[in-house]
Amino acid sequence: MSLTPEQLQRIALLARIDVAPAEAQAVAERLNQVLGLIDQLQSVDTQGIEPMAHALDTQLTHQRLRPDEVTETDRRDDYQQGAPAVEQGLYLVPKVIE
Amino acid sequence: MLNSALSDLSAALAAKKLSSVELTRLFLDRIRGLNGSLNAFITVDEEHSLAQARVADERRSKGDAGPLTGIPIAHKDIFCTRDLRTTCGSRMLEGFTSPYDAHVIERFAAAGAVMLGKTNMDEFAMGSSNETSHFGPVRNPWDATRVPGGSSGGSAAAVAARMAPAATGTDTGGSIRQPAALTGVSGLKPTYGLVSRYGMIAFASSLDQGGPIGKSAADLALLMNAMAGFDARDSTSLQRPAEDYTRSLGDSLQGVRIGLPKEYFADGVDPEVLACVREATKWFESQGAKTVEIALPNTGLAVPVYYVLAPAEASSNLSRFDGVRYGHRAKDYTDLASMYRRSRAEGFGTEVKRRILIGTYVLSHGYYDAYYLKAQKVRRLIAKDFAEAFSRCDLIMGPTSPSTAFPLGAKSDDPVQMYLNDIFTIPAPLAGLPGLSIPCGFDGKGLPVGLQIMGNYFSEAKMLGAAHRYQQATDWHLRVPRETAL
Repeated sequence: MSLTPEQLQRIALLARIDVAPAEAQAVAERLNQVLGLIDQLQSVDTQGIEPMAHALDTQLTHQRLRPDEVTETDRRDDYQQGAPAVEQGLYLVPKVIE
Repeated sequence: MLNSALSDLSAALAAKKLSSVELTRLFLDRIRGLNGSLNAFITVDEEHSLAQARVADERRSKGDAGPLTGIPIAHKDIFCTRDLRTTCGSRMLEGFTSPYDAHVIERFAAAGAVMLGKTNMDEFAMGSSNETSHFGPVRNPWDATRVPGGSSGGSAAAVAARMAPAATGTDTGGSIRQPAALTGVSGLKPTYGLVSRYGMIAFASSLDQGGPIGKSAADLALLMNAMAGFDARDSTSLQRPAEDYTRSLGDSLQGVRIGLPKEYFADGVDPEVLACVREATKWFESQGAKTVEIALPNTGLAVPVYYVLAPAEASSNLSRFDGVRYGHRAKDYTDLASMYRRSRAEGFGTEVKRRILIGTYVLSHGYYDAYYLKAQKVRRLIAKDFAEAFSRCDLIMGPTSPSTAFPLGAKSDDPVQMYLNDIFTIPAPLAGLPGLSIPCGFDGKGLPVGLQIMGNYFSEAKMLGAAHRYQQATDWHLRVPRETAL
């Protein structure tokens, strides 16, 4: 599998990362090197093998749950201190609704 | 003091031979002298460290001291800290200060340890050379023209140059063990789930695990006693009885079965590295251990599996950096979508963007089964290799890295060559298994070689015990780089 600069731009849009047209060729070439590496997996026989999603899925039998109780206090001001733009407790972004 | 074991530092503090303030000053001075050339620390706040040292001294005078009280420790800049900024080696978080401490930071604070500063790292822990850091590369104390390994390169270099008695790191595909090997120090990646990931900035959540970097296995055991433990805020944190990781340091090696995977002693590994590792395994045999040849036949597939799964998980984890709640926001944009795209294009470096793009691609419609699901299946084959191997041996040994430290710039333009450097460290985290690296010699250029010891789930104490026995008989771990002589 090999990506063209056009396909790369589609992936970049999905990833919400601008790739300058002048760089697209070079970025695609590096990505294709990596895709060449991971394409080795295609030749492996994995018939009947269960996918392993978690590093300890053979060790853990169930997901731990906690009681449905409020455990966090309101620290909105702390959490918004590092935000690029806030007003009256809200995060500001460019207008999205006309 | 600069080259002392943690237990000796602790004893000196207890005997009032020196105070934590004096000890902390000693290391802060060392950092001031060496950091300009090595770039191991991103952030140091001397006043903050000294204030913590004064608190530790007070604690000790009240008789409320544990083994780490008053001992300065450096933290990888991936662990969130309320008092010092947390950059994760990225422009994205250049000005970020966390509103909370990571669990690991809380644990060391509770133990009375002093935070010495935040260490440099590959951006978002993505790299094997520390060259992807926004704050510039770390240099290897053994040869400043060479890399220290990565991604915990700053922590490893800091310990190697004796700028810190010990440090924390994180390991996703080798980021503790490989830099430990390349800088001649000791590092442990614990079993997945032992150290809480709360407040540890996420890269690939099914693999990420925090662990200690220190001068010796005995030091790693003390650090693990502080770091490991259940934390309800990490859904993968394991509820297990507390362990004393020092408990097996005195154990005999008689009858211990050591597996030597033939894939780890194959062509392509630097012969000087293999010679040092073979010498070490012979020493274990001389102590009554039995070596057995084993096979881990899917070793060669670990790197391709990792470069599907880790980027896939990263592309999801790093979607949180959107220029809205924290982190870099671009100055020029036309609408919300362009604000996201520009902020991320400017805030992330080349390697991070590359991995996000790969991850996005392998998860995208039409490719998910061919890449992501396939990689998860091969991941199980790799885990099965280990399960089979551990039915025949207690520990697995081999090289940590196929080569010693390489020159800065040597692989930075060739991602695949860089990735293949982690071939022996990637398999253990894929299986969730613990692994450690200890120094076992030097090559002809005077660069350190790492011996990797892997064990079954939760066998950290046994692994540390074997490593400690070796370190009692050798002095590789006590050698200090000439460029940073004491």
